[in-house]
Amino acid sequence: MSDAVVSNSDKQSAQAAHARNWLSRALDSDVFYSFRRSKLTMVAAAITVLFFLLAIFASALAVQNPFDPAQLQLINSRISPLWTADGQSPFLLGTDEQGRDVFSAILYGLRISLAVGMAGVIFAGALGIALGLIAGYFGGAVDGVIMRIADVQLTFPAILIALLVNGIAKSILGNRLDATSMLVVLVISIGLSFWVGYARTVRSSVMVEKNKDYVAAAQLIGLPAPKIMLRHVLPNTMGPILVIATINLALAIITEATLSFLGVGLPDTMPSLGTLIRIGNNYLFAGEWWIVAFPGLALATLILSINLLGDWLRDALNPKLR
Amino acid sequence: MLAFTLRRAVQAIGVMFAVGIIAFSMFRFAGDPVNQIVSLDTPAAEREAVRKSLGLDDPVPVQFIRYFADAAQFKFGVSYQFRQPVSALLMERMPATLELAICATIFAMVLGILMGVYSALKRDTMLAKLFQAVSLIGISLPTFLIGILLIYLFAVTLGWLPSFGRGEVVKVGWWTTGLLTLSGLKALIMPSITLGLFQMTLIMRLVRAEMLEVLRTDYIRFARARGLTTRAVHFGHALKNTLIPVITVAGLQFGSVIAFSIITETVFQWPGMGLLFVQAVQNVDIPIMAAYLLMVSLIFVTINLVVDILYTVVDPRLRSTVGRAA
Amino acid sequence: MSVGRSLFAATLAGMLALTVSPASSQTLRYANQGDLKSLDPYSLNESTTHAHLGHVYQGLTARDKDLKIIPALAESWETPEPTRWRFHLRKGVKFHNGDPFTADDVVFSADRVRNKNSNMQTRLAADVKVVKVDDYTVDFILPSPNPILHSAWDVWYIMDKKWAEENKAVEPTPVSASSPSYASLHENGTGPFMIESHQPGVKTVFKANPNYWGKVEGNLKEIVFTPIASDATRVAALLSGEVDVIEPVPIQDIARIDSSPNAQVLKGPELRTIFIGFDQTRDELLYSNIKGKNPFKDVRVREAFYKAIDVELIKTRVMRGLSTPSALMIAPELFVLSKDFTRPKFDPDGAKKLLTEAGYPDGFEVTMDCPNDRYVNDAAICQAVVGMLARIGVKINLLAQPKAQYFAKVLKQGGYQTSFYMLGWTPSTMDSHNVLYDIMGCRNDAKSSRGEANLGGYCNKEFDAITDKVLVEADTTKRNQLIKQAYEIGNKDWSYIPLHQQALAWGVSKKVKLPQRADNQVLLYWATKQE
Repeated sequence: MSDAVVSNSDKQSAQAAHARNWLSRALDSDVFYSFRRSKLTMVAAAITVLFFLLAIFASALAVQNPFDPAQLQLINSRISPLWTADGQSPFLLGTDEQGRDVFSAILYGLRISLAVGMAGVIFAGALGIALGLIAGYFGGAVDGVIMRIADVQLTFPAILIALLVNGIAKSILGNRLDATSMLVVLVISIGLSFWVGYARTVRSSVMVEKNKDYVAAAQLIGLPAPKIMLRHVLPNTMGPILVIATINLALAIITEATLSFLGVGLPDTMPSLGTLIRIGNNYLFAGEWWIVAFPGLALATLILSINLLGDWLRDALNPKLR
Repeated sequence: MLAFTLRRAVQAIGVMFAVGIIAFSMFRFAGDPVNQIVSLDTPAAEREAVRKSLGLDDPVPVQFIRYFADAAQFKFGVSYQFRQPVSALLMERMPATLELAICATIFAMVLGILMGVYSALKRDTMLAKLFQAVSLIGISLPTFLIGILLIYLFAVTLGWLPSFGRGEVVKVGWWTTGLLTLSGLKALIMPSITLGLFQMTLIMRLVRAEMLEVLRTDYIRFARARGLTTRAVHFGHALKNTLIPVITVAGLQFGSVIAFSIITETVFQWPGMGLLFVQAVQNVDIPIMAAYLLMVSLIFVTINLVVDILYTVVDPRLRSTVGRAA
Repeated sequence: MSVGRSLFAATLAGMLALTVSPASSQTLRYANQGDLKSLDPYSLNESTTHAHLGHVYQGLTARDKDLKIIPALAESWETPEPTRWRFHLRKGVKFHNGDPFTADDVVFSADRVRNKNSNMQTRLAADVKVVKVDDYTVDFILPSPNPILHSAWDVWYIMDKKWAEENKAVEPTPVSASSPSYASLHENGTGPFMIESHQPGVKTVFKANPNYWGKVEGNLKEIVFTPIASDATRVAALLSGEVDVIEPVPIQDIARIDSSPNAQVLKGPELRTIFIGFDQTRDELLYSNIKGKNPFKDVRVREAFYKAIDVELIKTRVMRGLSTPSALMIAPELFVLSKDFTRPKFDPDGAKKLLTEAGYPDGFEVTMDCPNDRYVNDAAICQAVVGMLARIGVKINLLAQPKAQYFAKVLKQGGYQTSFYMLGWTPSTMDSHNVLYDIMGCRNDAKSSRGEANLGGYCNKEFDAITDKVLVEADTTKRNQLIKQAYEIGNKDWSYIPLHQQALAWGVSKKVKLPQRADNQVLLYWATKQE
């Protein structure tokens, strides 16, 4: 939107562009200053680490592999949590309609949600940084095209983009689209939805740095431009990028969950947290609340913790607030 | 000025063209529309005839040019499911989506600004902390989960609000509105909250941050020094300065609100464009999917164009602010 | 201030709206998962559409609550020769616009239903001659005998020739038309209800026809139909009293609705048979780790799969008791000798042994195609099957997709791209011949439509010969014996794994009385509602 305005003016707007995008600006406040010292951030960090550990050691902690159909016994279906009257060991949080242990499913689902989220964020980051560097360095038409694509991109929530990528993937892969390739499709669709933030941040920094004397000096001594960008400009932007990445991780996990909820994500045989919620939602009215409640709770807690961490990280990296 | 406007307009057309290519190529290959038209026991020869009559046998570039020429005249073909012109279906559904999006935006603006101002002025009160917590929860809960929770609570358990649809609507010309009936207003409440919650969070945080920043400026210090009341300083000066970026952001976000209504409309079975789109995806109704994508892009590109032009018209100095607010 | 005023205006308008349309006890609000896609009765051969339009349009015949063929627009009919059917039309019937119903309309409808743009061409073969004898008599002259000619005519709705001609709706709406025809947006039937307004995907309002020729059993004056695709929302709408009837009810919500004070679930067996099929025609499966041969060509492998699946457990756990395990590819309601068949017992050890004998002691891998939005708990059934087969060592990669993608892949025009699949089938004629011919017949004759829905390509010439005899046999007892023979061959070949007939589940307010028909058509002209 406004970046074209920036791009066609000069120094003054380049400085303006140094400011972060409006989202981070909105979030950019010293209220979280208190969080930094508060126990809340500590708890959030602990929970996030715990979730990661649970995901990593899922196979050791789970009572069954919920992705292996041979381990699911239909006879064990729809058992309520252990502490309720009809609870049965070893199904701590009950089972779903296929006899899948909800606790094990959450562990494995967590693993998928985190893996897809992280991979999506890394993919988005790589793409966004590359495009941001290119746009900022070359400016002009290249910049215009990239930033215009970024604008268009912002129109569409990830669901639309994922449907798009999904459709293209289906036409390319045809009927070979199985659970594993679906993972890749999800990562790509999430990555393509979130590269804009990185691109804008990197581009702004590049535009500021590009006019600085040291860059001119480096150019004078004959250092190739890409080297200057990667060696000097990029490191300067790592702080904001880390903040964006953390917030994006939460968004990526939400997006994956939403896609799976709408039924374009991971299949029922390989459920992520979103798939578990979609399946479980069908049983909510029937009184089998545990199938949706625990995955929902896990998802909300995970995202909340990551968001808190992201807020803290932003404040910590923001010198203005020190 | 004119050159700038022209260049933006050309860019906007370029964007629309790009979206058109994406829309067409995606939906052309997403599924076989013939299956949606014929039944399971329809003979193959008949299926072939249907395929031919839809032009699905032509080379892809031919199909693309035909599609684009029609789309430029707002002719999106006939829906495979409903056998009605897509433009008519979209027109019929548009009021529902726009009403929902506007209500959600108003809800987000009013509550977001109030909560933002409060938490900026009374930073350390319990309520301000509660608002912060609410805003965090607002961005941490997926939209569909919020919708399901609201329905479970207010429709199923308490029975206060309807769980689906628009209630009773009144026709005003070609526009249908739910704002004039009690059931229509009741039906708007939960979807608007669900759709607006995320925006509300953003606005609240934005207002709060802007307010804090403005309050630190010399301008406000001078105002205080001049002996103006706190009230006048806060609302006459600080808030006024905060509102410009807030309204800009809300305006720019309107396109996203419309696009995000896909989820909300699905959860609440709200008869708008988003639900039409989701149904179209499920039924591989290519004309509707493509038209929806183009419509949303058009709305978004138009809003951006207008905002950009307005900015340069209203205050050239604001360019730098735009750069920041973007 | 202005907010206050508009709020006042809104409240006023709301009160006004309440007084203008009093909550009538004879208005029934009905929500279905599917939508009413077009009002043109020949546009779409789909059961929900047929049911909706059945309130407005009528066929020469109808089916009663037990699916028995009864007279409707035809008062009676006879077959003076096996190749000539004579229909005597009802006199004094008027279309909704007042036009009288005559033989011309039947001849017109016969042409229109066979038009290239019709989706209902299978109702009447192209080589059948339709002759008007007098204003109230029509003859159908057949090239060869067909005792079940009229068996799917209850949804071949008769249209008004004059009205269609006046409104340029002589042909059904072509799918490629740039603007819809008059008939897809308006109706002019002879039925007990008329459509007052129609917004596709949003709402359709039916009003009772004051000039209906017959007697209506129900007491409804108005039906408001809303499509609600989401299961949870549909159930919530019924429980909160926003709608009176919903179809279908997700089976896990049945208990909850039954325990609520204001609604209950009508249950019954549906005529649709859910079954599993194998690709037994390719020399190598498309999606398997076994190369160079097709394990499903070995009858022992098919038998092993059959015996490894515990339909009773699927019934109790996945279907919550609401299914009828089936030994046949047709529902017992549609074939009187069904009771002579029993389903082979669940026998995982036997299955394992059979697999070993066939040369697969460690099983093999194969992909299963399954729809996930077509049948009751379809994806869950497939998952259960995957688990059961895993226990005899077969590794199934489950590909559960929305029906659009699923059908595009596995059906004929998709090239039958499947190795192992689940499908459901209700014969549109309510007769076994359709099953024997469409799903179980050989599909290797390119000129014939035989076996077009036989996705796995099961083929047995002896079987097909019997099917041909079934078509022309007029004697019911002999015909049933022939059908029985055919099914016996099919079962002996382990051609398919029939799983069950799924259950019907309609959610109905306690104020409403509604008979439930086994073909899952919700017909509200039989409904009564009290306050």
